[in-house]
Amino acid sequence: MNLKLKIWRQNGANDAGKMVDYSISNVSPDMSFLEMLDVLNEQIINEGGEPVAFDHDCREGICGMCSLFINGEAHGPDRGITTCQLHMRKFKDGDTIYIEPFRAKAFPVIKDLVVDRGAFDRIQHQGGFISVNTSGNTQDANSLPISKHAADEAMDAATCIGCGACVATCKNSSAMLFVGAKVSQYALLPQGQVEAADRVRNMVAQMDAEGFGNCTNTGACEVECPKGISLDNIARMNRELFKTMI
Amino acid sequence: MALDSKVPKGPIADKWTNYKNHIDLVNPANKRNIDVIVVGTGLAGGSAAATLAELGYNVKAFAYQDSPRRAHSIAAQGGINAAKNYQGDGDSTYRLFYDTVKGGDYRAREANVYRLAEVSANIIDQCVAQGVPFARDYGGLLDNRSFGGVLVSRTFYAKGQTGQQLLLGAYSAMNRQIGRGKIQMYNRHEMMDVVLVDGKARGIITRNLVTGEIERHSAHAVVIATGGYGNVFFLSTNAMGSNVSASWKIHKKGAYFANPCYTQIHPTCIPVSGDHQSKLTLMSESLRNDGRIWVPAKLEDAQAIREGKKKPTDLSEEERDYYLERRYPAFGNLVPRDVASRAAKERCDAGFGVNATGEAVYLDFADAIKRYGREQALIHGDHNPSAEKVDKLGKEVVKAKYGNLFQMYDKIVDEDPYNTPMMIYPAVHYTMGGTWVDYNLMTTIPGCYCIGEANFSDHGANRLGASALMQGLADGYFVLPYTIGDYLSKDIRTGKISTDLPEFEEAEKSVKEQINFFVNNNGSKSVDHFHKRLGKIMWDKVGMARNAKGLTEAMTEIKALREEFWKDVKVPGSADTYNEELAKAGRVADFLELGELFAKDALVREESCGGHFREESAETEGPQEGEAKRDDVNFAFVSAWEYKGEPADAVLHKEQLEFNDIELKTRSYK
Ligand SMILES: Cc1cc2nc3c(=O)[nH]c(=O)nc-3n(C[C@H](O)[C@H](O)[C@H](O)COP(=O)(O)OP(=O)(O)OC[C@H]3O[C@@H](n4cnc5c(N)ncnc54)[C@H](O)[C@@H]3O)c2cc1C
Ligand code: SF4
Ligand code: FES
Repeated sequence: MNLKLKIWRQNGANDAGKMVDYSISNVSPDMSFLEMLDVLNEQIINEGGEPVAFDHDCREGICGMCSLFINGEAHGPDRGITTCQLHMRKFKDGDTIYIEPFRAKAFPVIKDLVVDRGAFDRIQHQGGFISVNTSGNTQDANSLPISKHAADEAMDAATCIGCGACVATCKNSSAMLFVGAKVSQYALLPQGQVEAADRVRNMVAQMDAEGFGNCTNTGACEVECPKGISLDNIARMNRELFKTMI
Repeated sequence: MALDSKVPKGPIADKWTNYKNHIDLVNPANKRNIDVIVVGTGLAGGSAAATLAELGYNVKAFAYQDSPRRAHSIAAQGGINAAKNYQGDGDSTYRLFYDTVKGGDYRAREANVYRLAEVSANIIDQCVAQGVPFARDYGGLLDNRSFGGVLVSRTFYAKGQTGQQLLLGAYSAMNRQIGRGKIQMYNRHEMMDVVLVDGKARGIITRNLVTGEIERHSAHAVVIATGGYGNVFFLSTNAMGSNVSASWKIHKKGAYFANPCYTQIHPTCIPVSGDHQSKLTLMSESLRNDGRIWVPAKLEDAQAIREGKKKPTDLSEEERDYYLERRYPAFGNLVPRDVASRAAKERCDAGFGVNATGEAVYLDFADAIKRYGREQALIHGDHNPSAEKVDKLGKEVVKAKYGNLFQMYDKIVDEDPYNTPMMIYPAVHYTMGGTWVDYNLMTTIPGCYCIGEANFSDHGANRLGASALMQGLADGYFVLPYTIGDYLSKDIRTGKISTDLPEFEEAEKSVKEQINFFVNNNGSKSVDHFHKRLGKIMWDKVGMARNAKGLTEAMTEIKALREEFWKDVKVPGSADTYNEELAKAGRVADFLELGELFAKDALVREESCGGHFREESAETEGPQEGEAKRDDVNFAFVSAWEYKGEPADAVLHKEQLEFNDIELKTRSYK
């Protein structure tokens, strides 16, 4: 395949940034999207230019490091996957592809397509944990039975990879799907109950302080989430928060 | 220097308890005056950082990713072992110990493995208390599955995302300590060198990957937890950033590098499809619990399949060769990874491969789907279900167990594995070698520790499934926090270590020199160009099977490639910004040295064991014909290499392995 690429280039947080045109040929449908960018970068390097910076690591859809807004969609045109799992067979010969960073006030651009998602970590520092000593002097794991249903639901919430697609795709740049998922995981498990009120209050406060917007129930986050995190988690987070107010 | 493993005296079952009862402790008030650096925040580093902070030390933690949650441990799919015997199928500390030593082909240190088995049960308790949502059965109790190389069901799992959930558990423990200010987290920071003062590890030099700034960090001890070096092969199941640099830097300053040639080739990966490929994707070994592995029994069928004239589903049961079940009736599809990998290579080399390149075998779920479907129908009270219903119910069960893996396969290969068998082939996965450490997990540099996949200690020549996660967490949560305390108890009066010392100055200078060299070299070939060529030499000559001729050639070729790299590498961009190519250049430079030592180590080891198969050392007759031939008389040692400049000049030290509690036997899975 031969493709035209329009890629966002930006030197740093304070640079204005602009779209730059590239063309690439001999793209195989079996390549992943990131492998296509590898080939492009090799080409740019050989021509004496500076390669396009983008984030990636595991390349198998689990670390949450890759990002990219592709043709106006977080992680590109396919559903339920990350950018590293997107394959070029989803595109046609001659296509023009727009590639941009995940844009949100709370995710400043570091360079080109790389953004700083540190805000997610800072929210977690405020309560994304259960306060248990790591000494190993804990009770036997089976002394607290947990229903399969609760464990499965907690697991579904816990699969969030912290990629930020939900934020990038939301017209309000809301982080509620991400925070809701974390709050839910612990809310569903008996171990997380004791400090549930503080957890949700503190995490939501930090989320607001980071400059994320509010949820207006558009649901775009759920559609673009590579891990199928459902809106129910936002509802549960809101319930948990209301509980602390009464 | 003679290698002293510092294994405590006494019966194996009491060693760890006795040891803990007699080490020196640091009083809580003094811990506040002690700094510890932890490089790497995967399962090993993350759990260590959280625990050391919990104990009261000041911890500085470093990772090259933007968050600890993205460390490569996140990718582990299958599960984590623990001798809990919840299933009542005969598991015990001893049995886990035995399986691990045998699985490692008797090249691990007994005392370390026993300790690992001993603390394993604790890990599960700890993680559950942290809210890790392990799979549960309908009674609300923890569920288990089994993995290759063992006959009991001791693997705990969280769908196909066990590593993710365990890492998020360790990450949450870190978050708690970061929130309290006990851990200072340095994301997007790469360790560039270690700093020794009076022979002791007292700090590191890092590069801020965003700003390019070179920084000095001091501490009373340094813990390396930077994972494995499988990326020396370029194509592997590792994350793209996985590297050997931190381990290699300490090696150059005096830490011995042990067993570099022990690499695990994992049998169930998605086969290579073309030159563009940047990595290989693992399909969890847990699939082998239900999937049956086969190739066509007849060469002409294999050829017809390769040419697209036949489909796997066209072949009847008799036309298939379930070669693992045939060769290893006791373990069948669940033989250990090295055995399964070599068997696949053997069939493909003989012409039975099933994809276009002839390097793939089938992993088939048709039988499992039927079996589960019938079982489900019975559970639903249907004693005479239609074939469609069985198929539907069976697929639902398989989906619940392996759904995300099947989806992953479908996305990459564009084929639906529910209806046609998967294709798999071995790929480089895990490195059993690494920095040499003693029982305390300390390297040959005083005050420099090494944990998790980066060290060599617990797996011998092969690693059984679900045991790396176990080792990472055991080291970080339960072992290092004790052993490092014993060392630090001598440091309570030292006070803060100054970063103005000449040793820091000098280390920083040499780091900057290398960086300046790269950005000014103006060569003509990219970093990846060299990395790919190195990977090809490694795979062709230092891969699944090795011989003296190939290894000698590999050493020469890698040396020549290294020279070319330093002349001709091209690193665009500048040193003082975000520059991925620059970061890669440093990593590949280290791989180019490690690769040669790797080949040298493989050349010296004239036996076959675990992940090291020397073609010259195979059984020629008897029931084990064609299987790996170990040589306990001459090679029951750990090779620990001392750096002397060029990798070819490295000096070999041997730690003789003693087996007092397990009898050395031929490893048979028949
Ligand atoms: C696909 C896959 C599946 C697996 N499945 C299983 C399984 O089911 N069960 C099992 O037991 N094991 C499994 N393993 C193996 C297991 O996941 C790893 O061995 C283990 O997680 C390694 O943990 P670690 O903490 O030692 O290193 P890692 O998790 O690799 O962490 C390394 C850390 O070091 C940091 N780092 C590296 N270099 C530097 C540097 N120079 N400067 C600063 N920081 C640095 C990284 O940022 C990271 O934080 C699997 C491995 C893979 C690849
Ligand atoms: S909720 Fe979904 S989209 Fe948002 S960070 Fe988590 S995985 Fe990504
Ligand atoms: S690179 Fe890890 S999720 Fe895409």
